[in-house]
Formats: sequence, C-alpha cells, structure tokens
Amino acid sequence: MNGAQDLGGQMGHGPIALEPGEPNFHAKWEERAFAITLAMGATGTWTLDASRFARESLPPAEYLASSYYEIWTKGLEKLVVQYGLVTAEELRTGTALEPAKPVNRVLAAESVPEVLAKGAPVDRPAAQPPRFRVGDHVHTKRLNPEHHTRLPGYARDTVGQIEAIHGVHVFPDANAHGKGDQPAWLYGVAFEGPDLWGPGTDRDLVVRIDLWEPYLELASKL
Amino acid sequence: MSDDHDHDHSHSSLSDTELRVRALETILTEKGYIDPPALDELIETYETRIGPRNGAQVVARAWLDRDYRARLLEDATAAIAELGFTGRQGEHMVAVENTDETHNMVVCTLCSCYPWTVLGLPPVWYKSAPYRSRAVRDPRGVLKEFGVELPQAKKIRVWDSTAEIRYLVIPKRPEGTTDWPESSLCQLVTRDSMIGTGLARRPAELETTS
Repeated sequence: MNGAQDLGGQMGHGPIALEPGEPNFHAKWEERAFAITLAMGATGTWTLDASRFARESLPPAEYLASSYYEIWTKGLEKLVVQYGLVTAEELRTGTALEPAKPVNRVLAAESVPEVLAKGAPVDRPAAQPPRFRVGDHVHTKRLNPEHHTRLPGYARDTVGQIEAIHGVHVFPDANAHGKGDQPAWLYGVAFEGPDLWGPGTDRDLVVRIDLWEPYLELASKL
Repeated sequence: MSDDHDHDHSHSSLSDTELRVRALETILTEKGYIDPPALDELIETYETRIGPRNGAQVVARAWLDRDYRARLLEDATAAIAELGFTGRQGEHMVAVENTDETHNMVVCTLCSCYPWTVLGLPPVWYKSAPYRSRAVRDPRGVLKEFGVELPQAKKIRVWDSTAEIRYLVIPKRPEGTTDWPESSLCQLVTRDSMIGTGLARRPAELETTS
C-alpha cells in the first residue's frame, strides 16, 4: 500500500540522527514491546508480512510521528484484535475479560535459543521454471495495490536488469492477508540511478532491489 | 494503574505507550499467549549474545581465509552458519564485497529489514525516515553525514532489502594488517562498515580508541 512506510526517495525528513552509545532499547517498555511482539509472532497466529502490514497501515501522520517501538506496539494492538485474540474492551481496560482463544504454540523460555536459531525460512520448492534470466531487462509494473506489497513506489514503472535469481520465495502480497504462501520467483534487479531519479542523477549509482515475478514483465526492446 | 513517568511532561506520549505496552503484556500473559520468562530470554539474547561481533568474525575470517571468502560470496547463509550464526532475520544471507571500484550500502526503505544473526538489532537511525528516504537517492550525501567521503569515481550500490534476503557488506581490509590474527582484525570491523555506512577502522584508529 502507498503508506507512510514507503519512504524511498522522499524529501524533507532532515539529517540522520546519530546517537551516542546506540542502545538497543531506550526504556524498559521498549524491551517489553520488542519481546511481546516476537513472542506473539511465535504463536503462529499471523505472518511476518501481516505484522508489517499492520504497522504500515497506520495513518501516515501517526506512523511518521511514532517511534519505532511505538509503531510495533500499535501494530500488535491491531493484530491481536484483528485475529480475535484480544478484544478492544480488554485493550481499553488493560485486563483479560474473555476466555483465551487457542493458539498454535506458546513460546517457552527454554525453547527461545532453538526457535531463534531456526528462524523461518521463506524459500519454497519451484513449481515452474523462472520466467526471466540473469541479464534480462525487466519493466516493473505500475501497481498501486491497497494491500501489502514489497515493490517500492520509487521503483514502479521503471526498467531494470535481472542480476540474480534468488529462488522461489513466499509472496508477501498474498501472505500478509491470509491467502497463503503463493510462492513466486524472487529476483535481484539492478536499477541505474538516472532511471529511478531522472536526469542529473549520479550515474555511478546502482540500486539493487529484490522483486517477485508478479511485479515484473519483460522490457520491450531498448 | 499508576504511571511513574507522569512527572516527565516532555515524554507524555511515551508514558501513554508505556501504559499500552504494560496493558498488552498483562492481557497476553493472563490469557496464556505469552510466557514472561520467554520475554526476558528474548531481550537477554539480543542484549548480550547476538550482535555485530558475530558479523565482525565473519568478515575477519573472509579477510584471512581465501576459501572461506569464496564460500561466503557463493552462499553466505551456509558460510555464516559455519561460524554458528543462523536463524531469525538471517535465514537467507547474501554477502556483498567492497572493492576498489564499488562501495556497497544496505537499507530497507519499506521497514527495517536487517541481518540480525550477524549484526543484532538495527540502530534507531537505520529504522528512521531520514536514512530510509535518502539512502536510495543520495547515498553519497548520506555517507558524508557518517563522515565517509567516497572518491567521485567510485561506484556505489545500494541494496534495498525488500524481501527476506539479508545483506552483509564485507568492507575492504585496511592496509597495514598483513600479519594480523583474526581476533585483532575483528577489532577493525565496525557495525557501520558491515552496513556500508562506514569503513573498517585503520590500525592507527584502533590505537587511539582502545
């Protein structure tokens, strides 16, 4: 979706704020927000793509005014209600009022190292060969879906070149919305600076973006 | 419910979030969806066990061992797993090497994708609008803010982490480190040098900072 998260190329956000010490967490609540988000992810109720969509679909002004773990917290509040684990009334009162809904698993302290070390690979077996080859010029489609997508706005309707074929990966546009993996070929596509940003752009800039096959079509002869 | 940050008016929105986080944790615990000791374990893991020292070890090994470097460039996930670093937010790794011709820099314009297994959790600036918006359009300007000025002729590649592939930059090995052992080389590999917003420390810099 064209939300506030799609930041590539935006202007006016100011200088990069480097901070001394760069702690992972700036307050206890950030630690807890981080951990409850991971632990709820581990219940297997929603996908990582769904949680990204929950965050990016915050109203743009709110997204940009919120700190990182505020965004995570607001995203998690949306998810627990959306998936029926918590009611809005419970969130408001800060206490459990309804019986719990069964979840696939509850993360135990002793299984944390194993669960983290395993991760959640998203590569899947190929059902058909890739449509594009390394070296092909591809044209990114002009798409403006209201659902989750990982084709950034700045790279739409643009010609790039396939540099890598990563394999078949879970398709976020479907996976974010309970439509299953719908695995698709994933490519590393290189875009020249001027093709993305127009004349006068640094000719020595290349931006590499990972894009799924449904975002791409073969570019007509250059 | 009490709010022990009431006195801090400049952080009133944080106090609100703090209450919301506390409410969430309470409800989720009462309902049995989460187990508080697991939360402590998650925090402890990323505070103490998973961080950029992992990545530094990978880079130092690649600098020293030609075969390891080849494996890392061929299949980074497997090569990094050789050193024991696997899993969450590092399931599909790609290593990109800085050369005399090209400098690499990593960003996630759409959220905050970052190679946790080798770098730990991302710093605030990596997740914030100024870096995410400008890294893909004006990387040289961004680098200047990090104190890095690239030669005009050097090409720059920015890797936007839009999928579950996570990128690790292998910085250039500094001059004057020919006989250095791996443990000393690790000291030269900064986190920023593995994101591409910095360069590896030179030996002289190490002496002044340690």
